[in-house]
Amino acid sequence: MVGKKKFSHKIFDYCNGILLVILMMSTLYPFLYVIFASLSDSDLLMAHKGMLLKPIGFSVEAYKAVLANPQIYSGYRNTIFVVIFGTIVNIVMTSMGAYVLSKKTFYFRSALNTMVVITMFFSGGLIPNFLLVKGMGLYNSLWALIIPGAISTWNLMIMRTSFEVIPESLIESAKIDGASEFTVLFKIVIPLSMATIAVMTLWYGVGHWNAWFSAMIYLRKRELYPLQLILREILISNNTDSMLMGESAGEKASISATIIYATIMVATLPILLVYPFLQKYFVKGVMVGAVKG
Amino acid sequence: MSKIITKSTLPSIEKIGFAQKVKRDFSMNKSLWLMAIPVVIWYIVFHYLPMIGVVIAFKNYTPTKGIMDSSWVGMKHFKDFFGSFYAWRVIKNTLVLNLYQLIYSFPAPIILALLLNEIKNNHFKKAVQTITYIPHFISLVVICGMIVDFTASEGLINDIIAIFGGERISYLLKPEWYRTVYIASEIWRGIGWGSILYLAALMGIDTELYEATAIDGAGRWKQFINVTLPGITPTIIIMLILNIGKMMSEGADKTILLYNPSTYETADIISSFIYRRGLADANYSYSSAVGLFNSVINVILITGANSFSRKINETSLW
Repeated sequence: MVGKKKFSHKIFDYCNGILLVILMMSTLYPFLYVIFASLSDSDLLMAHKGMLLKPIGFSVEAYKAVLANPQIYSGYRNTIFVVIFGTIVNIVMTSMGAYVLSKKTFYFRSALNTMVVITMFFSGGLIPNFLLVKGMGLYNSLWALIIPGAISTWNLMIMRTSFEVIPESLIESAKIDGASEFTVLFKIVIPLSMATIAVMTLWYGVGHWNAWFSAMIYLRKRELYPLQLILREILISNNTDSMLMGESAGEKASISATIIYATIMVATLPILLVYPFLQKYFVKGVMVGAVKG
Repeated sequence: MSKIITKSTLPSIEKIGFAQKVKRDFSMNKSLWLMAIPVVIWYIVFHYLPMIGVVIAFKNYTPTKGIMDSSWVGMKHFKDFFGSFYAWRVIKNTLVLNLYQLIYSFPAPIILALLLNEIKNNHFKKAVQTITYIPHFISLVVICGMIVDFTASEGLINDIIAIFGGERISYLLKPEWYRTVYIASEIWRGIGWGSILYLAALMGIDTELYEATAIDGAGRWKQFINVTLPGITPTIIIMLILNIGKMMSEGADKTILLYNPSTYETADIISSFIYRRGLADANYSYSSAVGLFNSVINVILITGANSFSRKINETSLW
């Protein structure tokens, strides 16, 4: 009996393991392909059919072309601006909102709560929001990517829950010592919730880094385009012309492929480099939300 | 007998009106109010004003006249939409894609979590998790760029198919293949990250339950059916409700990145249609009407799903 159980368990475990390994490989391989292809010679790559196990005809030509494109730099500049200032606005606004909502003594607490939760289920829609932002004079400004998205109600709820856990007694004794609410928020509540705040910062930050839709609808000036919008043109609208100025027609076609891959790498490398260090924070954040919410 | 003190016998405190209460709370909690006000203003401006702005769905809005002076047309835009060929197409596509999502993309992270839960080797488990989370962090633009490149007729996927003797197909140009590409890439991108929540729920199941059933003679499979599955069912239900709540309004950005005129007939969904008509064609009022229709259906769906779930098994969002 025991032997039989063990055998079928073993089979299951092996199959499970193999399945998961296949999953891992199919997740990793597309990225590996991109890396190898970006470091390959463009003609050889065009001629090659099938998977790549290493770069073909090692060449950094594609990277040279990508890094010579001024739009990559303006894209980076704009994205970094939005990530930094956007995340600051996000954290300040979300903390304030979460703090107020966590105070059971606040008179309008339930009204505020209801007001906030309703927005998770009903919204005015794309067009009214667009017209509003335009009407506020935020059109063609990077602030259109920051202010309308200042608070994510989902994150607000998570932060509120983590603030609620802080013992009232701590806050009371601080107040007896003369602390104002602001002092309590900044000197006690936030430091004690550092784990959640760190996660929020990462979530908001990565969100800003990857954002493109708001930029697409609110920005007309190319100098303001964030990185992802530039990428969209290159990768999807297949508009590699700006990079190929000066190349002859024949070379134009063959550089395109490797340029596409090099561009992906240039835009994604920061996230990939930062990812291993921050992964545990991201995961913790979801756990916090799951357990408490 | 001592007099029982009731509300009516207390002095004038209870006679303080609403305005007084607000004033008193304000002076007591001045800093809280200072914190609350920007947040409240932000919600009013960026969430509630647009809700009111939705009236342009019932008007013929032109930027020159502004919202107030544009003329009323009542249900005209709604009638135009539902009478048109597009309504049927985008509603059908939205529903079909969502159905496929519920059948394929929704269970995938659950299955992964269940499989991962059975892995004893912690290093292997962590490796799988670390790697499968990556696609979630890569921007959608990059992911779609890769999809566009790999599914091209000369792209990687077709190369592999050709090696096995198959026919090269330009997947993103064929309406009959669009849904497959959309759902498959969605599973690929979300399976890892989506499994975190379920893994957390699985870890929350009381180990004593497993021990108790083992003592009663339950094998691995029986334990799975009787302890594991019921343990994560509440989580699954909540996620399902949330999923239903987002169904009608999400997907615009991925759709816009992946579709093109040759695949509109299966790719165009309500939200991408709203974008194209509203912003690309500047048909503001018409597009707002479609958007309003979308939002209303959303609310109906999520309240319906929530009530239904509450009746069936007492798990619900509210």
